[in-house]
Amino acid sequence: MKKLLLGNAAFARGLYEGGCKFISSYPGTPSTEITEEAAKYDEIYAEWAPNEKVAMEAAIGASIAGARSFCGMKHVGLNVAADPLYTAGYTGVNAGMVIAVADDQGMHSSQNEQDSRHHAIASKVPMLEPSDSTECKEFVKLAFELSEQYDAPFIVRMSTRVAHSQSIVELEDRQELELKPYEKTPQKFVMMPAYAKGRHVFVEERTKKLTEYAETSPLNRVEISDKAEFGVITNGAAYQYVKEALGDKASVLKLGMVNPLPVKLIQDFAAKYEQVYVIEELDGIIEEHCRNIGVNNVKGKEIFGYIGELPQSVIAEKLLGEKKDFAALDENIPVRPPVMCAGCPHRGLFYCLKKLGVTVSGDIGCYTLGAAAPLNAIDTTICMGASISGLHGFNKARGAESEHKTVAVIGDSTFMHSGMTGLVNIAYNNSNSTVIILDNSITGMTGHQQNPTTGKNLKGDPAAAVNLEELCKAIGIKRVRVTDPYKLAETEAAIKEELVADEASVIISRRPCALLKYVKHNPPFKVNADKCVGCKQCMKLGCPAISMRDGKAVIDHTQCVGCGICKEQCKLGAIE
Amino acid sequence: METKSVMIVGVGGQGSLLASRLLGNVLLAQGYDVKVSEVHGMSQRGGSVVTYVRFGDKVYSPVIDKGEADYIISFELLEAARYVEYLKPHGHIVVNTQQIDPMPVITGNAVYPENLVEKMKASGAEVEAFDALAVAEEAGSSKAVNIALLGRLSKKFEFTEEQWLDALEKCVPPKFLELNKKAFALGRNS
Repeated sequence: MKKLLLGNAAFARGLYEGGCKFISSYPGTPSTEITEEAAKYDEIYAEWAPNEKVAMEAAIGASIAGARSFCGMKHVGLNVAADPLYTAGYTGVNAGMVIAVADDQGMHSSQNEQDSRHHAIASKVPMLEPSDSTECKEFVKLAFELSEQYDAPFIVRMSTRVAHSQSIVELEDRQELELKPYEKTPQKFVMMPAYAKGRHVFVEERTKKLTEYAETSPLNRVEISDKAEFGVITNGAAYQYVKEALGDKASVLKLGMVNPLPVKLIQDFAAKYEQVYVIEELDGIIEEHCRNIGVNNVKGKEIFGYIGELPQSVIAEKLLGEKKDFAALDENIPVRPPVMCAGCPHRGLFYCLKKLGVTVSGDIGCYTLGAAAPLNAIDTTICMGASISGLHGFNKARGAESEHKTVAVIGDSTFMHSGMTGLVNIAYNNSNSTVIILDNSITGMTGHQQNPTTGKNLKGDPAAAVNLEELCKAIGIKRVRVTDPYKLAETEAAIKEELVADEASVIISRRPCALLKYVKHNPPFKVNADKCVGCKQCMKLGCPAISMRDGKAVIDHTQCVGCGICKEQCKLGAIE
Repeated sequence: METKSVMIVGVGGQGSLLASRLLGNVLLAQGYDVKVSEVHGMSQRGGSVVTYVRFGDKVYSPVIDKGEADYIISFELLEAARYVEYLKPHGHIVVNTQQIDPMPVITGNAVYPENLVEKMKASGAEVEAFDALAVAEEAGSSKAVNIALLGRLSKKFEFTEEQWLDALEKCVPPKFLELNKKAFALGRNS
């Protein structure tokens, strides 16, 4: 049967068909749907772990136990999981293990644009990279086979365009596999120096064998065109752009295995043409490899650079000098940045922080949007969990001067991911820091995934729920309180009191995400035009449902969910 | 057949994912090679969102660049104007006349431009503008704007109404099917 599948759904299908039995992942755009889709197959055990490191270690455990296993994450998630990755590269596997890492060329939804191929090279773990949904499915199945054959976990690198594009896939049946026998083999799985030295020798031998495999593997494909004026070496999403832009004007070496890279295959291909272009998004890894193996008739980064995506228009313009005709409007079109939704519980909290002029150490999630106008309430955002640990360092550096006017904000899921350890540091090393947990009872930005605080697991079944208040107290924080961010006065008072306090405190700003299906909304509010004087106090909240028309505020009834913070904000009682 | 390109643009949360899935499934059922490129994550939160649908004998790139789109369907007026540059000369725009202020307009740092339909027509585009929100509300829910717009677009394709409705059944949960069928028919016949 043929089906139109998202790259991530095709990846999940590959896990299913390839006999995967165990999945542990942490959500992160653009990787999330792999695990969500795979969880729909009853034959596969699938879970959300608190973070990527835990997920990968769980998948390693399942592989050692004899089950084909998988863990998925976004590019920055692989940094969190780098510790187990680098040593799992040494231990290898029992049953096959596949890791998905989804890079975000163009930074559609990320805090950096790192090229995860560097992790594959540094950890000496092989990496495949599909270019469309069919390849997602096929590469995953092959990765399981190769993983067992070469005794290595295999990374399959995704990108936003491959992960979030649908193309046609032929569905096949699942290969149902028995658990492989488990035998105690400490020299393979206990990585202390005596054993790890032996495994490092194995890893270097394995890389040689995999390089030989790369020379003839069907993953790497030469497409010769009789009309070609030059050659192109490419990978991943860029392959599609190359074919679109250049058609039969170029012969193409498409590399589906991006670590290790073949040597002779590239040398032979490059020898056919006077000029060869390496078209790879982000870093110049293939290009550098070409130079290392004595292939010097290549150009790449000097033409295409290191930033963003390389769609067909860029390739056609740079290599063929072609530009498409189009008409532009002679008009200043205002930008439309993402915003917190109408009724978002984070809005009230950020409004209070802005009003109090507080310095805010931010984190990763929907609430990062608190940095945008008109709230402009966030000072820093680095990575998952850095709000709390960063606040501690900030306060230790500046002392009392900052302790009473600086807070950290972090979501419930991010707190469980890597915020907890920062809070332990605050308690243990005695900093007078104020941490606000924005508990919206879900993992929001990635599209509503359950997490250890929500009381449900990935499959939607009841699960143990971490009690945030008790957890913070157990960590050693004595001042822990809960506020409702829909109540501005209460929220503002709580922030003021905790900032003044001479010890560490946690405020849990609790209100479920307004987009959750179980959340009951109030009827939309209306502006009484007779009472509205157009003072724009309500506009300071940055609610997308409120705008000004003819000098009066109006509320869009299709967006308003009746949260009421504008009603509290309007001192004239014009919002009813 | 040469590859055709359709852009679906709007404001995050307006339902562009469903619209692109419906279009993709209609095209798949007619035997075309199809690629659909979606946007998830950060940009979905009320920002400008773009979905690309491309079909033909063999489709390579899932994305559409400036000057490449045969059709633009826009859920919101300003968003249509934003992406006019992506249209081929004399390409088609089907646009909902509903206006949603972006944050710079809400905060008073920018002005929502006027007479955008006329300006888009003056740029050479074939523009069909209608109040898809009213059509959707007539069908029973403001959320059906996406399907009302696809109903209007469907007139530009050779497929039968039945073929569209078959695809709709595959993309929409049963409890919302009647509503969406109604919105599609109202859009198609408006």
